[in-house]
Amino acid sequence: MSKFVGQRVKRTEDPRLIKGLGHYVDDIRLPDTLHVAFLRSMYAHARITNIDVSEAMNTPGVVAVYTGRDLGEKIGPVPCAAALPDLKVPDHRPLASDKVYFVGHPIAAVVATDRYAARDAVDLIMVDYEELAVVVDPEEAAKGGAVVHEKFGDNVAYKLTAGEGDIDAALASADKVIKQRILNQRLAPIAMEPRGVLARYLPGEEELTVWSSTQIPHLLRTQLALMIGIPENKLRVITPEVGGGFGSKLNVYGEEALLGWISMQLGKPVKWIETRRENMASTIHGRGQVGYIEVGCRNDGTITGLRYNVFADLGAYHQLLTPAIPTLTGLMLSGCYKIPAIQINVTGVFTNKMATDAYRGAGRPEATYVVERAADLVAAELGLDPVEVRRRNFPKPDEFPFKTATGLFYDSGNYEAALDKALQNADYARLREEQKRARDEGRIIGIGVSTYVEICALGPSQAMPAGGWESATVRIEPTGKVTILTGASPHGQGQETSFAQIAADELGVDIGDVTVIHGDTSIVQYGIGTFGSRATAVGGTAVYIAIERLKEKANKIAAHLLQADISKVVWDENGFNLEPEPAKVAAGAGVPEADLPAGQAPGASLPEPQIEGKKSLSLQDIALAAHLAKDLPPDMEPGLSATYFFEPKNFTFPFGTHIAIVEIDRETGEIKFQRYVAVDDCGKVINPMLVDGQVQGGIVQAIGQALYEEVVYDEQGQLVTGTLMDYAVPKAAMLPWFELDRTETPTDVNPMGVKGVGEAGTIGATPAIVNAVVDALSPYGIRHIDMPIKPENVWKIVNQQS
Amino acid sequence: MKKAISINVNGTPHNTEVEPRMLLVHYLRDALALTGTHVGCETSLCGACTVLMDGQAVKSCTIFAVQADGSQVTTIEGLAQNGELHPVQEGFWERHGLQCGYCTPGMIIAAAQILERNPNPSQEEIRHGLEGNLCRCTGYQHIVEAVEYAAKKS
Ligand code: FES
Ligand code: FES
Repeated sequence: MSKFVGQRVKRTEDPRLIKGLGHYVDDIRLPDTLHVAFLRSMYAHARITNIDVSEAMNTPGVVAVYTGRDLGEKIGPVPCAAALPDLKVPDHRPLASDKVYFVGHPIAAVVATDRYAARDAVDLIMVDYEELAVVVDPEEAAKGGAVVHEKFGDNVAYKLTAGEGDIDAALASADKVIKQRILNQRLAPIAMEPRGVLARYLPGEEELTVWSSTQIPHLLRTQLALMIGIPENKLRVITPEVGGGFGSKLNVYGEEALLGWISMQLGKPVKWIETRRENMASTIHGRGQVGYIEVGCRNDGTITGLRYNVFADLGAYHQLLTPAIPTLTGLMLSGCYKIPAIQINVTGVFTNKMATDAYRGAGRPEATYVVERAADLVAAELGLDPVEVRRRNFPKPDEFPFKTATGLFYDSGNYEAALDKALQNADYARLREEQKRARDEGRIIGIGVSTYVEICALGPSQAMPAGGWESATVRIEPTGKVTILTGASPHGQGQETSFAQIAADELGVDIGDVTVIHGDTSIVQYGIGTFGSRATAVGGTAVYIAIERLKEKANKIAAHLLQADISKVVWDENGFNLEPEPAKVAAGAGVPEADLPAGQAPGASLPEPQIEGKKSLSLQDIALAAHLAKDLPPDMEPGLSATYFFEPKNFTFPFGTHIAIVEIDRETGEIKFQRYVAVDDCGKVINPMLVDGQVQGGIVQAIGQALYEEVVYDEQGQLVTGTLMDYAVPKAAMLPWFELDRTETPTDVNPMGVKGVGEAGTIGATPAIVNAVVDALSPYGIRHIDMPIKPENVWKIVNQQS
Repeated sequence: MKKAISINVNGTPHNTEVEPRMLLVHYLRDALALTGTHVGCETSLCGACTVLMDGQAVKSCTIFAVQADGSQVTTIEGLAQNGELHPVQEGFWERHGLQCGYCTPGMIIAAAQILERNPNPSQEEIRHGLEGNLCRCTGYQHIVEAVEYAAKKS
């Protein structure tokens, strides 16, 4: 039945993008647009004693300069949606007024007639700073010393303990307890398109439109309305093409509100396009956890307890979800294992740095890294094969839904099947033999395994700060074309295609007859957005169910027009048929061609549907009849559309096994991939090509964390990695070929059985790579090494000992 | 202060007066409204702004418009000929060589240059040839396949 779902359908969004004809924020041109540039703090912590903007104001082309003092409280604080008990929330305004708290903290906004003039004027603003003591290291910050926000007295923003089972008893009675300090370094998301905002206020209509490169247009609209103080129904947020997000655009930024507000002050369109340097300093970072694990096990490798004490490096302010990220880490600490006692103790601390927040995986890669490192530590301690330790602790397929000691119910899983397939694809036994031989020859080879589970399809609204459902409207236009409005806001994931695949199958139309619209709050019903691997599992399900609803109505219309009882009308891909079904022309004849040619001449009137004598009506016949409304069942509303808000009853839990094989160059310490094998299970697959793309992109971001990437601040809080020269985003030549495969274990959380895949690679791959390097270095007595694993560190290990 | 320049872009001659400090990428985007060429770093590191200048792939964020005076520039908008996609464009579509699409114009131009110099590149040569271009979405594997597809095609 499925002609499109499950197929490698080429993306419908691609033609415009490969021709350079898509429109990202900076590509949208409005006449008379003014350009904004920001002055940002060059100090990590300082008091602003004076700001002189007079010279900047006199620069040709400059229209206005705003400082934090000008703004006062005119724009509401930048919101934080995380609800945690006793959370300290600093007052976070778009511009600093008295003090700056991190390098990159915006101080003033210059508005000018072109972007060059705006930037020139920024350099002419004179700021007198009085430097204050800086705190950069999260553990130091927790201890005391320099304080980021004076009014709180210390840097601890919150403490949180979670987990079930008696962890003290579990660790006390374990045969072995292994302890390890473990680091999840700060990362920069680096969407290739930096952030950007264009705002236009129309004083007559009293309407503000904000184009922003965001993942959450509707949530942004609500928050901006509150911040700026404009009625939400007078504010329109448009999300054009978005050049990557990875969580960094799942946020509400001060700049977005400020641009809207400035446009209202000046009555003109204003635009700000973030520079890469600003992006590195002032767009959220990810990860930033320093933790201590204690894992207890029996001598046979059974894991009996896991404790994770973690300092979360929040940065100076809360962005939208900053303090909530470690709570996701806590939820996923059971990994894909039966661990009876788990405890996480989070200390969230302020530091003089940019905020951390959701970066691809958002708290879950940290958890998976902890658990998968713990599994390998157990294996090393007991002299067991890491694969055996994993097998021993898996829940069996018949134990699902599986309850963890972190309070979750895993929907479905078959961890062993994915593991076995990956081992087979990698030829694990032979790899181990080869490794032995290679070691004898003096080569340093490592094999790393990670069996992961992730929490996706976020999520039930009970568990989400601002609604976890997603919406869809499906409309059949009078000409039979299908329009889908989705509240999800895809930005590269390809839902214009995958949702069209769903609709094409469910409605029996060609995929080219479906248009998917998203990212405009004036066109699309309220929605939540794209993040947390949710767009297909939650948003796609909304589309699917809306179609079911729509077909119910169409069925009724068909029965009415065919003058038959509704029970006698059967839908197939050709339309609505009277039972017994008339013999079909030829298989694959497809949808009967429209009585209405696609390129109908303008002004041509709609034809009457030809019903009489028919035993079968096409979707088009029904759509036309529904809109002409001359002969509908009594009391039926005209039109043919359905809207559905899908509320998932649970998260989904995709899983898989990743295996990395690395070789270390003794001379240089360089880590080279020999192979990379992955088996992922994301439930039912709608478009395997898109799934592969998500997995590959995710793995590369994981490789980035494992081997290359790190946001570095020096002791004064200066951002050392302020450009792409200093921050190592992986390049094509640094990467192996990914050998990908899948198992398919559907979920019952949604009717399509899809689980989500956007973050799988980032979550599953990081520990596989680190485990491989540690495995390679194990003959040197190494049990753990922190990320990013630099050749320098590896070289030291290898060359000290030989 | 402004300087008159004449640049042929995608086969069309343009005579414009520009500030001497105007970057070529801003000239293309702002003066000519060819917004397919993107800016990802302004520091020659990401390749989003790659265009062909007299047949050479260059980063247009690191060239002043005045330096391009008298040259022939091809941007992503000029790559398709007579409505027919360039084989590299076709490869990117066929092999899912793009996700968000932001790096794509620069990638496609860089890939076209690789094939011009070496019609049958190995995977390693392709990866090497793309070293000046960053993609944060795809993990590059499908891009490599896209270029291979184009190599076979042309
Ligand atoms: S914008 Fe030119 S290389 Fe990045
Ligand atoms: S497709 Fe998004 S950066 Fe390459």
